[in-house]
Amino acid sequence: MVKPQTVLETRNLTIRYGDSAAVIDVSLRIPAKTVTAIIGPSGCGKSTLLRALNRMNDLVSTVSVQGEALFHGKNLYASDVDPVELRQRIGMVFQKPNPFPKSIAKNISWAPLLNGYRGDVDELVEKSLRQAALWHEVKHKLNDSGLELSGGQQQRLCIARTLAMNPEVILLDEPCSALDPASTSRIEDLLVELAGRYTIVIVTHNMQQAARVSDYTAFLCDGRLVEFGPTDRVFTRPENSETEAYVTGKFG
Amino acid sequence: MPVLSQVLPSPSPSPSPGSIGGFDGLGSVSRWQRGRERMVVAALFLCALLSVLTTVAIVTVLATEAFGFFREVGILEFIAGREWTPLFNPRHFGVLPLLGGTVMIAVGAGLVAIPLGLGSALYLSEYASSGVRTVVKPLLEILAGIPTVVYGYFALTVVTPALRYLAPETRIFNAASAAIVVGIMILPMVASLSDDALRSVPRSLKEGAYALAATRLEVSTGVVLPAALSGVFASFVLALSRAVGETMAVTLAAGATPQLTMNPLESIQTMTAYIVQISLGDTPAGTIEYRTIFAVGLLLFTITLAMNLVSHRIVRGFRERYE
Ligand SMILES: Nc1ncnc2c1ncn2[C@@H]1O[C@H](COP(=O)(O)OP(=O)(O)O)[C@@H](O)[C@H]1O
Ligand SMILES: [Mg+2]
Repeated sequence: MVKPQTVLETRNLTIRYGDSAAVIDVSLRIPAKTVTAIIGPSGCGKSTLLRALNRMNDLVSTVSVQGEALFHGKNLYASDVDPVELRQRIGMVFQKPNPFPKSIAKNISWAPLLNGYRGDVDELVEKSLRQAALWHEVKHKLNDSGLELSGGQQQRLCIARTLAMNPEVILLDEPCSALDPASTSRIEDLLVELAGRYTIVIVTHNMQQAARVSDYTAFLCDGRLVEFGPTDRVFTRPENSETEAYVTGKFG
Repeated sequence: MPVLSQVLPSPSPSPSPGSIGGFDGLGSVSRWQRGRERMVVAALFLCALLSVLTTVAIVTVLATEAFGFFREVGILEFIAGREWTPLFNPRHFGVLPLLGGTVMIAVGAGLVAIPLGLGSALYLSEYASSGVRTVVKPLLEILAGIPTVVYGYFALTVVTPALRYLAPETRIFNAASAAIVVGIMILPMVASLSDDALRSVPRSLKEGAYALAATRLEVSTGVVLPAALSGVFASFVLALSRAVGETMAVTLAAGATPQLTMNPLESIQTMTAYIVQISLGDTPAGTIEYRTIFAVGLLLFTITLAMNLVSHRIVRGFRERYE
């Protein structure tokens, strides 16, 4: 097997909210076209680390970043990087489904149109909804509000609108934590399907989910990266005793 | 102003039961404590009752006096008549000139306050640093507390001379000047209430937009504003209803010439200014001339009440959607 190319990398990344560090000295390489899971107990800095990768932390005024986060070898935090351009290539799906109070079609087309998409809009809407396995449920009501969908459908709509931007990387922050088991398994299937085409980083506190969908797993504890490696190895032969305690459910 | 009670939550007369002595358990509450609690409840109830009674009394007086007026003047003549000359012969009781004057002031004030107020609100909620906010937001509330007579004076001494410099045919008393200062007067209200509406848009929605490579401007105008539109719109309606009811500035600046005109540089009269004119004049009580002010007052009350109800409705619909 050829060693996969690294898309995202952090080098000694430390992120603070004011004086308190949420992510400490994390160095990590995320390979292309794979699913990487970030697991760890609540409050250990998973979201903070994930949001560093598309500079969503910029929106929090107290945040300060030390070290490097690289996208194709280029520092994301270099002064000439425009976070808006960066987010065209690195999309994000959030914990709570957050469709816009607009029609289903507009939810999809809003951002691509702003970002210079000049192709056929209906085609883009259909393609994105199909990719997110939502097309058959909504094809007859594309002009209904996105807020009228069920929670699981809303989350797939959010995935669809992210896909519509044609990103390279998709970051997902506990995308199933607000959903029922049936919707969760649909989204997990979807992620596995998308994995061949996109680089996916998913934060989850559900170990089974990490085991089911991911190729690589990073275990974070108290802001530090405890262990990182292929998922099956991390789950079956963890090198670190903390990781072992966590993945076998004996944590804390 | 009785209509305000329509938009403010009514005070609840009942304090939470058991808040006194509840800690000790029911058995040990002394008779003295229980008696005191009853007295507090009664006092609060009286306060609530008093405000309700006052409102009822005002509406009753308005309605009975207006009824007396409408026994002599047909409703249609009042509502659709194009001339308002109740004080001299031939007498006409058509309220349209006064209504037109009021609408002109409200529209003019809206033209000033809505764009500026919305712009300030967008700036405050989406762009300003928290430092700027903590200074500007209370400042807006202070601005809203300036006595309206000051605005009238400002119109006469600053705005009108400026208008007459730009357009020499402008009358000393004119609608434009009054509309501009009323607009400035309601601007803080538009800004502050719209800002509240914009800020109540969930953070998660904005993050979703930013994550899709939207710029701050695109997020503000493409997601935040549409999501807050009903709340923003309600702030417009509320502010316009304040403009409709505004009295002092228009009495001072707009003149006392009831006429149906589209020219804002002309002198006009609003419903409120007319009521002031008659109330302060020597028109004997009980005459038809005197009763006109109750008919006009009833119309004014109906308009502002309707506007407040509309804005209340809109805001409630908005809350249901996001909370
Ligand atoms: N906006 C913020 N301001 C201040 N502290 C924050 C903020 N967001 C998160 N934190 C803190 O940073 C730490 C890591 O949070 P987070 O990255 O959300 O953890 P996780 O996603 O693993 O639950 C926590 O201690 C949390 O309280
Ligand atoms: Mg989190």
